[in-house]
Amino acid sequence: MNMNTKRGKLAIVAASVTAIVAGVFTVPAHAATTTINVLMVGNPQMKDLQSLTDANFTPDSGIKVNYTVLPENELRDKVTQDVASGAGQYDVVTLGMYDIANWGGTGKLKSIDSYVASDSAWNKADVFPSMIKGLSGADGKLYAAPFYGESSMLMYRKDLAAKAGAVIPLHPTWQQVATAAAKMNDPKNGVAGICLRGLPGWGEQFAPLTTVVNTFGGTWFTKDWKAQVSAKPFNDAVSFYVNLLKKSGEKGATQAGFTECDNAMAQGKAAMWYDATSATGSIEKAGFSNYVGKFGYSYAPTVKTAYSGWLWAWAFAIEGASKQADSAWKFISWATSSKYENLVGAKLGWTAVPDGKRASTYANADYTKAAAAYYKVVLGSLQHADPLNPGVQPRPTSGIQFVAVPEFADLGTAVSQEVAKAITGGQTVTQALAKGQKLAEVVAAKHKA
Amino acid sequence: MMKQSKAKFFSRSGLTSLTWFISLAFFFPIFWILLISFRQEKDAGTFPPKWLATFSFDNYSSVFQKGATTFLLNSAIASIGSTLIVLMLAYPAAYALSIKPIYKSKDVLTFFLSTKFLPPIAALLPLYLILQHLHVLDNIWALTVLYVSMNLPLSVWMLRSFLKEIPSELVEAASLDGASTRTILYKVLAPISLPGLASTALICFIFSWNEFLLAINVTGFHAATAPVYLVGFVTAEGLFFAHLAAVSIVVSLPVVIAGWSAQDKLVRGLSLGAVK
Repeated sequence: MNMNTKRGKLAIVAASVTAIVAGVFTVPAHAATTTINVLMVGNPQMKDLQSLTDANFTPDSGIKVNYTVLPENELRDKVTQDVASGAGQYDVVTLGMYDIANWGGTGKLKSIDSYVASDSAWNKADVFPSMIKGLSGADGKLYAAPFYGESSMLMYRKDLAAKAGAVIPLHPTWQQVATAAAKMNDPKNGVAGICLRGLPGWGEQFAPLTTVVNTFGGTWFTKDWKAQVSAKPFNDAVSFYVNLLKKSGEKGATQAGFTECDNAMAQGKAAMWYDATSATGSIEKAGFSNYVGKFGYSYAPTVKTAYSGWLWAWAFAIEGASKQADSAWKFISWATSSKYENLVGAKLGWTAVPDGKRASTYANADYTKAAAAYYKVVLGSLQHADPLNPGVQPRPTSGIQFVAVPEFADLGTAVSQEVAKAITGGQTVTQALAKGQKLAEVVAAKHKA
Repeated sequence: MMKQSKAKFFSRSGLTSLTWFISLAFFFPIFWILLISFRQEKDAGTFPPKWLATFSFDNYSSVFQKGATTFLLNSAIASIGSTLIVLMLAYPAAYALSIKPIYKSKDVLTFFLSTKFLPPIAALLPLYLILQHLHVLDNIWALTVLYVSMNLPLSVWMLRSFLKEIPSELVEAASLDGASTRTILYKVLAPISLPGLASTALICFIFSWNEFLLAINVTGFHAATAPVYLVGFVTAEGLFFAHLAAVSIVVSLPVVIAGWSAQDKLVRGLSLGAVK
């Protein structure tokens, strides 16, 4: 058939429409009696959950789950719209620890305490106390159940370290990391000594950078809300981070976030990476990484603190306006249970398990065997992460890599943009932080009042 | 004489080469997306690019396993539905503003244009609240109505430009023969303005199909369109370039097919009216 004739074109258009319609009508019917809507961030562990729900949760519970999957920023906007307006489009929403700190106790989310108390199978005692603490509101009530948790750690290529004669201890200091990065930095072969997030954003650049600030003795605010962005420890930390990036970091660092560094490690373009413990899910995954099994793992580097890893969890919460709260809990209970972890292990492999939230995961022989290279560092990092005391001085709110106030997202992003200019040489770190200090003082004044 | 034809030849060859260069430069990103859509994630983000990496259809099969058809169908309903309604409303409106201009037709045209002055993001909150109170959030027909209002002003302007090209004697002759306004509109003018109608329809379809801001904010699970599905593949943790490329190709196909099937009329339409 000549595709340029009218008949040919019509045939192709008709075939396309038929294919779409046929696809819709071949979707299998579910014998579900209830339907709930779930808003979810598009991370790999969530996509696994999406793929396992219809065959494993719906037949047992009679609950059909409709997922809306969005990237992190779009998800936050959507949650804000739906939760704040009480539209109730979603029964379950995915929130991070920072979001729980802002939404918990406002009446917009349902407390899950009563569900947890009556659901012995969920086994609250098995969940890390840091997770329970981080997902509770200021009123002490639990507002979300963790789906997976993470801390931060140093990941490095063992072969490149050995070749360069770099020694990376299990508990490195940032000075040791800088020395190792300089040794492994090999620009001629396109390998950066270290990959660090330089991409502006409170959740991008300032996630690792705030942990560096914490361990250098700095903080965003003192307990009585005095802005500390231009203080010496904060300046020392940012100067160290910027200099490390300039000397041994990846090219185009201000464009590099988690994904870019993940790609660099998977492609052998970086020798070290300080980032989320959940990165093991891709750098140790065949088909995603060219260097599976060649990575070593160390705790988050420190200076003045014993540990400095961050704490984060993606968790499921029930919207206050949900009319299907009981069904929503049934779904949350299943998705955050150890039973679900076992299902993922059996169906998708043990390294795909949404880990980092339950002690039982790290007692599971199948999991520890599959995650032998890193699980002890991950477990230790999670156990030592303290969101109430992450640095050397008391803090006004909880949170390690963030300050749990709604204004922090804008503040962190604005200051990160100034730091990015310092990375590219457009201004000095001192100039960048002087601008940041002014912005932080506005936030401090509001909360002091 | 010889010198002149030689200069003409080189000028033509230069223009041809330039045209090819610009065409290839425009096509390269599409080619690149197509190429990495058949790659594994580990080979998709390499720099310099790997030309001879493992070839795989896995990304395409996963696109449909994750329910792309529902989103594509929603996009089809909203895009085709809104385009048809826009044409039904814009064509007579354009007639009333061009062939037989109504009283204060210029003011009407300015009003139509003024509705595009406000950035859509500024209207989002009131729109969201109105839809919420009408209980039509996450409703594909509500989205269709929004797309009608989004495309109607532009379509009226475009169709008016096409209709103004038609000699007024033709309408006068039809009137003298006793043709009613409806007959003039649909039996006399419509066949002549078909290229204009086709290009307006295609532009409305493309704008609606690719629209993201309204779709992500006023739809949820039931009415979400293809761009919302597409963005769901972007993740803050893990690699996604190859998967995203495959979804981009699938989501772009209907627009490519529509453009390709209407290309004759589109070229004639665009060279006749609005961009003349």
